[in-house]
Amino acid sequence: MTAVSEETSKSTVPFSTETLPASIPAVSSGAIAIERSLIDASTRGPVLTFLATAVGWLMLSTLLHLIASIQLHSPGFLADVPFLTFGRVFPAYQNAFIYGWCSLAGMGVSIWLMARLCRVSIRAPGVLIFGALFWNLGLAAGIVSILAGDGRPIEGMEIPAACQWLMFAGFTMIGLWAAVLYRYRREAVAFISVFYVLGAFFWFPWILATANVVVGLPQVHGVLKSIVAAWFIQNVHGLWLTGIGIAAAYFFIPKAINRPIFSYSLASLGFWTFAFFSGLTGVVRLSGGPVPVWLVTVSIAASILMIVPIATVTVNLVCTMHGNTDKVFHSPTVRFTYFGAIAFAVAGALGILSSLRSVDRLVHFTQFADAQQSILLYSFFSMVMFGAIYYITPRLVDCEWLSSTMISMHFWGAAYGSGLVAALLLFAGLAQGGAMADPGATFPQILQVAEVYFPGQTIALFLLSAGQVIFALHFILMLLRIGQPGGEPTLFTMPGEESSH
Amino acid sequence: MSRSSSLFLGIFGAFALSCFVIVLAPQSQLGGLDPSYTEEDGGKISDIYPIANASMEQGSAVYAREGCVYCHSQQIRDPQNGTDIERGWGSRRTVARDYIFADSPLVGSRRMGPDLANVGAADWRNEPKDDVESRPKKRDAAWHYLHLYAPRTIHLSSNQPPYRYLFDVRKISGKRSFDALDISGEDAPKDGYEVVPKPEARALVAYLLSLDRSHPLKEAAAAPAAPATTAPAPQPAAK
Repeated sequence: MTAVSEETSKSTVPFSTETLPASIPAVSSGAIAIERSLIDASTRGPVLTFLATAVGWLMLSTLLHLIASIQLHSPGFLADVPFLTFGRVFPAYQNAFIYGWCSLAGMGVSIWLMARLCRVSIRAPGVLIFGALFWNLGLAAGIVSILAGDGRPIEGMEIPAACQWLMFAGFTMIGLWAAVLYRYRREAVAFISVFYVLGAFFWFPWILATANVVVGLPQVHGVLKSIVAAWFIQNVHGLWLTGIGIAAAYFFIPKAINRPIFSYSLASLGFWTFAFFSGLTGVVRLSGGPVPVWLVTVSIAASILMIVPIATVTVNLVCTMHGNTDKVFHSPTVRFTYFGAIAFAVAGALGILSSLRSVDRLVHFTQFADAQQSILLYSFFSMVMFGAIYYITPRLVDCEWLSSTMISMHFWGAAYGSGLVAALLLFAGLAQGGAMADPGATFPQILQVAEVYFPGQTIALFLLSAGQVIFALHFILMLLRIGQPGGEPTLFTMPGEESSH
Repeated sequence: MSRSSSLFLGIFGAFALSCFVIVLAPQSQLGGLDPSYTEEDGGKISDIYPIANASMEQGSAVYAREGCVYCHSQQIRDPQNGTDIERGWGSRRTVARDYIFADSPLVGSRRMGPDLANVGAADWRNEPKDDVESRPKKRDAAWHYLHLYAPRTIHLSSNQPPYRYLFDVRKISGKRSFDALDISGEDAPKDGYEVVPKPEARALVAYLLSLDRSHPLKEAAAAPAAPATTAPAPQPAAK
């Protein structure tokens, strides 16, 4: 049991001591370690299925993203291949990324978290594996439909309804199992991550089902579909993916640095404000458009109120890390997750800023929105998921990551790559917005100011992709049980050693 | 109440609030929108807009299939929110009523190319008002075909992908087809060959030419400085 050895040496759990006075009173650390390794073993099949398919989708979506990015500055690239034209590759990339990589990685990490935090082994893991199978089948059919030109013509909901219902069926099994884990929990007090995972796992199927039913109704016509789609996609980014990302950050940061969360009441405040405000922010995506003004105003107000959860979560995570920031040099999990936590604050701040009418007027219709999405889903969510995967996988395959250099290369590729992508998208967005504000400029002139950033975006994306390919290779090696012997966790440098970074 | 049930109640409440405000409330406000008519003449219907146009469905399907929406919006913002009207993309802001017959509204969220809400209108322009030089004589079907087949023959720096697969390159048998493209330069077909639009391209161009949302509506009056250069704008219904 290689992974266990690391944990027994630091036996405290990431619960605030005041909220968990005696939940593990007289159990020896050895017993905890055995229980944990049994629980981890029970999650092996399903969690590895989720993560492996997620990594596969990450590779595919990265490839599609690269094609779309190249096409922005070289429009002739693959233009004669109908199924690889920009208008199909772009939505295919978005959907493969969100429902393939982000959602499947999020589900895998969430299931592992729930089993751990509820201290319950997973019975009948086949249900979860079946759920993952249905999800993957539905998604694959959806991506093929989009590339074939049969996607649903609603921006943000391109996967056809039939495929989404297949994914919904898969999710029902997965969500049900998460609920079962909670129902049979052996931990008296639910940790904050459990709140977020339960919330996300409850909200997501309702959002998916509601949106698909409503846009299918004959009386829902015209812009009402756009409103539903904006609500849907915003909630997928917010309640679903951001929720899971925060859950993972709240678990792995305290866990890996072996400290309790800074403030539990702050965490609770953050959760409830997140739950109630996030769901109302969707229509900022249609700000200034042909929709009722009151609806946009509600969403702007909710976006501004999002400052409460964004600030509380950030402050809580940063204060938890306080005094331990040097751990980012040792632990891959801490480094990736903490990077994600900072990116979360940046994404949140940009979200609030761009919801304001004065800013929206300038940057609407430009790549500014892509920058926001990139920071939220690459720099925050994906980085937190990478951190979680670096922590979880060794505990499932009983071997440690082969090479800290590969992890390091992945980090720098992903960190610099995603940072550069976001920065170039932001600059392009601001430049284009500024040019569009001048009614005397022709559209080719407007595009010229943004276009200078497009080749840079492709280069930054290559950097990001390189990091991800290294990660995928490393992950495959882990699946093949090719790892480090000796059973020591793979750290960048041993604590106490002089850091080379 | 136990901790768990208050947790679930809260989680459910958050979803219910979000769904009610963003999904259901606009439905009750906009769901019953009709083509507009004025009731001043004792309820007599005097002005119906928009008109359902089934023949354009095929073209809008091609527009959706090729993902035009990821670069072209179809919405005009009011002057406080942007320069769309000044730019010549429309004479008034677009409102929910403009889209009631659209199966998929295609309002769009990105502008990697110009807005197309009114691209079929005679006075639609994408150049400054005084820049007559760079303006094409008219943006008719032939112009659109050429722009779809070889965008860079029209704008040297265009970053629109060429949609050659919407066209056939075939040997001229007898007379040249009436709608064969007039292409010169490197994009031109070999001697004795011609480029003709496939049915999809015809449908798409018919759809583009049908895009005209300049009809005045009482909820969105035409801007006072509306450019009525080529076609006389209909008298605004607004007071």
